[in-house]
Amino acid sequence: MPDTPLHLGVLLDGAGRHPAAWREPGARPAELLTAGYWADLVAEAEHGLLDLVTIDDSLGLQSADPFAPDDRTDQVRGRLDASMLAARIAPLTAHVGILPTVVVTHTEPFHVSTTIATLDYVSSGRGGVQVRVAARPDDAALFGRRTIPTDRDALLRELFGEAGDAVEVIRRLWDSWEDDAIIRDAATGRFIDRERLHYIDFEGPHFSVRGPSITPRPPQGQPVVAALAHRAEPFALVGTSCDLGFVTPRDAADAHAVIGSIREAQAAAGREGETVHVWADLTVVLDDDPSAARDRLARLDATDPYTDDAGVFAGAPAELADLLDHLRTAGLSGFRLRPAVLPDDLRQITRGLVPELQRRGLFRTGYEASTLRGLLGLPRPADRYATAGSAR
Amino acid sequence: MSRRQMHLAAHFPGVNNTTVWSEPESGSQIEFSSFAHMARTAERAKFDFMFLAEGLRLREQNGAIYDLDVVGRPDNATILAAVAAVTEKLGIAATVSSTFNEPYEVARRFATLDHLSGGRAAWNVVTSWDTFTGENFRRGGYLAQGDRYLRAKQFLDTVMTLLDSWHGDEIVADKAGGEYLRNPDAGRFDVHVDQFDIRGRFSVPRGPQGRPVVLQAGDSDEGREFAASTADAIFTRHGSLEAGQAFYADVKRRLAAHGRTEDQLKILPATTFALGDTQAEAEERGHEIRRQQVSGQTALRFLEQVWNRDLSNLDPDGPLPDVDPLVVDADAPRVSQGRAADRMYRDPLATAREWRERAAVNNLSIRDLMTEVTSRQSFVGTPQAVAEEMERFVEQRASDGFILVPHITPTGLDEFADKVVPILQERGSFRADYTGTTLRDHLGLAPLDTHAKV
Repeated sequence: MPDTPLHLGVLLDGAGRHPAAWREPGARPAELLTAGYWADLVAEAEHGLLDLVTIDDSLGLQSADPFAPDDRTDQVRGRLDASMLAARIAPLTAHVGILPTVVVTHTEPFHVSTTIATLDYVSSGRGGVQVRVAARPDDAALFGRRTIPTDRDALLRELFGEAGDAVEVIRRLWDSWEDDAIIRDAATGRFIDRERLHYIDFEGPHFSVRGPSITPRPPQGQPVVAALAHRAEPFALVGTSCDLGFVTPRDAADAHAVIGSIREAQAAAGREGETVHVWADLTVVLDDDPSAARDRLARLDATDPYTDDAGVFAGAPAELADLLDHLRTAGLSGFRLRPAVLPDDLRQITRGLVPELQRRGLFRTGYEASTLRGLLGLPRPADRYATAGSAR
Repeated sequence: MSRRQMHLAAHFPGVNNTTVWSEPESGSQIEFSSFAHMARTAERAKFDFMFLAEGLRLREQNGAIYDLDVVGRPDNATILAAVAAVTEKLGIAATVSSTFNEPYEVARRFATLDHLSGGRAAWNVVTSWDTFTGENFRRGGYLAQGDRYLRAKQFLDTVMTLLDSWHGDEIVADKAGGEYLRNPDAGRFDVHVDQFDIRGRFSVPRGPQGRPVVLQAGDSDEGREFAASTADAIFTRHGSLEAGQAFYADVKRRLAAHGRTEDQLKILPATTFALGDTQAEAEERGHEIRRQQVSGQTALRFLEQVWNRDLSNLDPDGPLPDVDPLVVDADAPRVSQGRAADRMYRDPLATAREWRERAAVNNLSIRDLMTEVTSRQSFVGTPQAVAEEMERFVEQRASDGFILVPHITPTGLDEFADKVVPILQERGSFRADYTGTTLRDHLGLAPLDTHAKV
């Protein structure tokens, strides 16, 4: 194994990333709301020794228009709450990390923190979260408590600033119980040592949260926080607040520039010493026969033309391995692949790409750690409120 | 034999003094294995459902986090999603506040939980109002006490509107024809009421039960009326047979005015239990558990909750204090914060008078008295006697079943499941096996019309 093997995750969403995926012969479009469908997908990801799966989510109903709702009936519509789904799947797996997407606009950071802490408990240390913002007025209308500024730049500044605050609150709450806070001291009748519980007293423009959490510190201490980033504000969020950023570079040079922006933010936040992974997202259509893969993509696009925010790759697993090996030279530590069609392209990843990467010494041949932080090479962090055994 | 059938639910041990944590067999209140254990026990015993209360802020007393009881719990709905993975039939119920959530989120979570459990989800609707809890949330705390039921009712109605926005037949998923949804308006809703002004399309299609089973726990006149109009089951704390019968008759009587029949609302008092090979042994055990639940320190904290004063200098084995309770406005901060029971004693001076008389007559210490007054309904006896007594409550219309509250996590239900349930099954008062798949089936509630109102 080289010094720096690749990390691999997959994004799971409905019948697959491509809007025509649900019409493919192997697709199971009538089962998208069943636990069994998702259990099969996550088991497949674990079979392929992947680091993690992310489960996509949004507040409102899916739409082909990124800025407004639509009334199409020829694409998948309707989905489950990703956090609940992640918790439902967690006990059925043992190694793979599970990150639901959670919207931190409109929602309560307190609930997000305890939900992800709970996911970390039910997965024995494999939990995390991909935070995202909800920038659309029709998302705001689902809650009816806030109007959305019309100036898009001002809006994104506001929403990503708020997302940063939300992650700060979520993380402080995870630390608000020191690891040894539960003492069960029969002699004094105390279940906890309340000196080892901490108010977090966060105050910001959108919310104030007193704490402590209702949930003891989760197994990983700090579950993994990720975000998808396309521009300056989310690059800053990744560098300042996250363990893992998903980015969508056009090529290796672009990846290099994007990573630079993230590292700058990381340094500005005083996090130079911490590992912040940056992975590129890539939508994939795979087949042992590369022309069959390209034909399949052409067929999908003919049914329902699609452009992704990430690059779209169609070809053989070995060709994809070449591409990943090339892109990683820009400083990417891994990739989140978006299977265009589920379960087909997921199986191509786990049974085609993974063995290929293993042959090249670029991917693990067995799970080497029992927590997601462990798989990502992140130490279990000290509690920010613990004071090294001295007076608390 | 056609005995009246009872319903049984298990309350996962909570963060109050009912849960005894000092025993060697007391396990984790937070690890998933504890939840899985109790759920599997409840399912083995063919219980209707397992119930988890909600935590939004840690309790405090005298300005510090309360440390005598179990503290800390997971997010209840998230844990139940995981419990759904290790059970097949058991209903799963969570309390979720209508104050510190928005209807859209609550509808998403319960619709999702219903899908993920194959139709086993239940929601216990509560309304909190204190600024203390609100300090953890965006909306802050304050809801005037008088607005509680207005908000609760509008919240519940709005969640139901969201859940009913899908009828259950919209997803066609016709690969060949290219039609995924039958209806371009599936999920559309528009709600404009005092508390909520929301519109859009709901993202979770209709779950197997249509709506989760709705539980409530109000005891005031308003609370009973609310339950009679909307709930599928109601939690109560009415202990004695007579009190139970009075409550039962009162709530069931209210149903007709809402166009509902008596079998559409189940009345389920919470109860503890203590078993033994003989009656004397069971009583000895019950007494021992009560002494563990009400330590001297715990007795003083209880007294402080009524007195609204720091009484930590008192001797719990001594008499009640001479000083009177400190009476403050209903909404003012109190010595104890974050407990539903903080406002239970509406006239603390009268309570103090009554307790002093009781202590004088029976020569009770503070701890003795607190052990008595905080005692809740409990079935104490041999498994046979407990089974018969539970049947008597159900036969005589004091309840439709029970929420059992074990005092040990997570094994506290095992003995009941192994010893009492087989007797109930043998006697024909409790199901020998599940006959349906959804929680509505278990509770004997008719399936909802899949084409609910638009």
